[in-house]
Amino acid sequence: MGLELDFSVVLDRWRSLLDGATLTLQLAFIAVVCGGIIGVFGAIGRRGGNPLVERLCGAYVEGIRNTPLLVQIFLVYFGLSSLGLKFSAFTVAAVALTINVGAYTTEIMRAGFDSIVKGQIEAAEGLGLSKAQIYWHVIIWPGIERVYPALTSQFVLLMLASSVTSQISAEELTAVANYIQSETYRSFETYIVVALIYVALSFVMRFGFWLLSLALFPRRRRLGTPL
Amino acid sequence: MGGSLNINHLLFLGHGALWTIGLSVIALVGGGLAGFLVALGRVSPSRTLRLLAATYVQLIQGTPLLVIMFLSFFGLAAIGFNISPLAAAGASMTIFVAAYLGEIWRGCIEAVPRPQWEAAEGLALSRSQRMVKVILPQAIRIATPPTVGFMVQIVKNTSLASVVGFVELTRSGQIINNSMFEPFLIYSIIAVVYFSLCYPLSRLSRRLERTALQKKPALA
Amino acid sequence: MNVSTAQSASPSPAATAPVVAMRGVHKSFGPLKVLDGVSFEVARGEVTVLIGRSGSGKSTALRCIDRFETIDGGEIEVCGRRVDDDKLDLRALRLDVGIVFQSYNLFPHLTIEENITLAPHAVKRVPKDEARALAAKVLKQVGLEDKLHAYPEQLSGGQQQRAAIARSLAMQPKVMLFDEVTSALDPELTGEVLKVIEALAADGMTMVMVTHEMGFARGIADQVVFMHKGKVHEAGPADILSSPSTPELAQFVGTGL
Repeated sequence: MGLELDFSVVLDRWRSLLDGATLTLQLAFIAVVCGGIIGVFGAIGRRGGNPLVERLCGAYVEGIRNTPLLVQIFLVYFGLSSLGLKFSAFTVAAVALTINVGAYTTEIMRAGFDSIVKGQIEAAEGLGLSKAQIYWHVIIWPGIERVYPALTSQFVLLMLASSVTSQISAEELTAVANYIQSETYRSFETYIVVALIYVALSFVMRFGFWLLSLALFPRRRRLGTPL
Repeated sequence: MGGSLNINHLLFLGHGALWTIGLSVIALVGGGLAGFLVALGRVSPSRTLRLLAATYVQLIQGTPLLVIMFLSFFGLAAIGFNISPLAAAGASMTIFVAAYLGEIWRGCIEAVPRPQWEAAEGLALSRSQRMVKVILPQAIRIATPPTVGFMVQIVKNTSLASVVGFVELTRSGQIINNSMFEPFLIYSIIAVVYFSLCYPLSRLSRRLERTALQKKPALA
Repeated sequence: MNVSTAQSASPSPAATAPVVAMRGVHKSFGPLKVLDGVSFEVARGEVTVLIGRSGSGKSTALRCIDRFETIDGGEIEVCGRRVDDDKLDLRALRLDVGIVFQSYNLFPHLTIEENITLAPHAVKRVPKDEARALAAKVLKQVGLEDKLHAYPEQLSGGQQQRAAIARSLAMQPKVMLFDEVTSALDPELTGEVLKVIEALAADGMTMVMVTHEMGFARGIADQVVFMHKGKVHEAGPADILSSPSTPELAQFVGTGL
């Protein structure tokens, strides 16, 4: 049989696709912000010197990094409902993605914080800065700057991985695609279009993180210091 | 298979776990071979090949594996190519792994110190001789820890084959759950099985990385 | 510039009491004894220079004053405060003591001005614009008034070290510690840093410094402490460098190191 591709029935649904893409970016945004905060505290916990906290943070990181996101999503979904808690699919998806990316971010941030040399910390101590102030001014921000490319890649991977939340019926881009293909019987065209939208979203995200780096790291903006 | 969790359920899960391993091996071998070509393409002297390989990597690394799975199972079927879930999952994993491993290996090839390339050129070796005899043996040493690390990603990502109906570990869990409805228990068991497959690989990767760091001066 | 609110809370010792006093200080790193009963005092407005071979314990002694190292025995008193006390108010100690390191340790992601205003603002709660005025003042003192908005990497090593001194000065310490501050610098850049330190000494700043610059030590020191094998082997006015009474110091001075 001949190959007859018809993209128009898919492209006619651009409104649904746009809604799905927006939800995908929303999920990614929430997970990146919350996961980023978890990452900072997780990394501090893993370095902090308290053996119990170190072990707990370590178990969290290893547990998440060595199990599939799909299974984590099911565990959060069914775990919450077995506790009698009812949340929307979007909330469950956001929680699961946050827990997931928080573990990866913890590991990346730890590498960044560990890269700050002792002299920097001693200089800050010598100036009388408190432990929290030293973390904020001398370890966290310069540390994040060091690992910014790795963080960006991880966050893009997270955005792509959010497609898995379609399996618990979060109405993001992949779920929209599943719906469109079941209505149009144009699976091939649908998934090609959606794949390209994801590629575009990846570029948008990378560009966004590049812009953000200019705002976050003024030295980089002024001197062009490579990340 | 209804009722409470029994030995048959566990056997069924074990069977699924074997297919998870099987699909991982297929993905590693297929993706490894294709990834090797991608890596060579990325460092090729031909502009066209470099561009082609780079475009491939950009496209695949910008697309979720889940969408690739759907595309190769439902998409191909819709345009007349009916393939089995195993073939669809294997092909998707291969395509996916090739892009990531190709990019990791390109980095390793480029990490071989510059003087080695120049020394090989000075010996009047042909380009392919230089690659095979000088560069690749060193690149393989550099590539081992990150490749083992990426195997963890491969094993975890095979779980997505469940969505096209391939009965690996996650899918077998879903099937059992359909008759028992103990989702939290079953997915916890599945998570533990994945963990026991992946954690040793993670540990091994880290150990290799540490020894590689200690041996680094010998490489330079 | 009136920013001394934090300092006024600290106990004010009698004018004659030493600013820094070490009494029989012992310190080991594992099996290695680095300080073996070290005692010396630093009077207000005086410059004390610690000299000795590498491994003699001079840098460790200096770092103990600011509690970068804890000690195993003996007493250290700084500005009337027992540094060896477990309940020491570390922040108050570090407000009184400024320290400058061999490797400058400027914060690379901050401009020189931000490097200087960070601690006055964060620790002493000096308002931002007051802190900026302070930064301009101390940078002028070290001759870098035009580098306010530069980043550390844009400065030469000598300039970075002067900026680091300015950063310390901005906290208005009662005593300043210098830990081999010219050792990482090319010879032609050490002069500009030493000149800044000389000017501080002339202003009456109390200082303790570890240095390898013998000529400089001779010119600036009110007291020279020669350390050898973890002990104060010989101490006295700068004259002891010209006429040492122990063979070890004679040999040390003789080697020119």
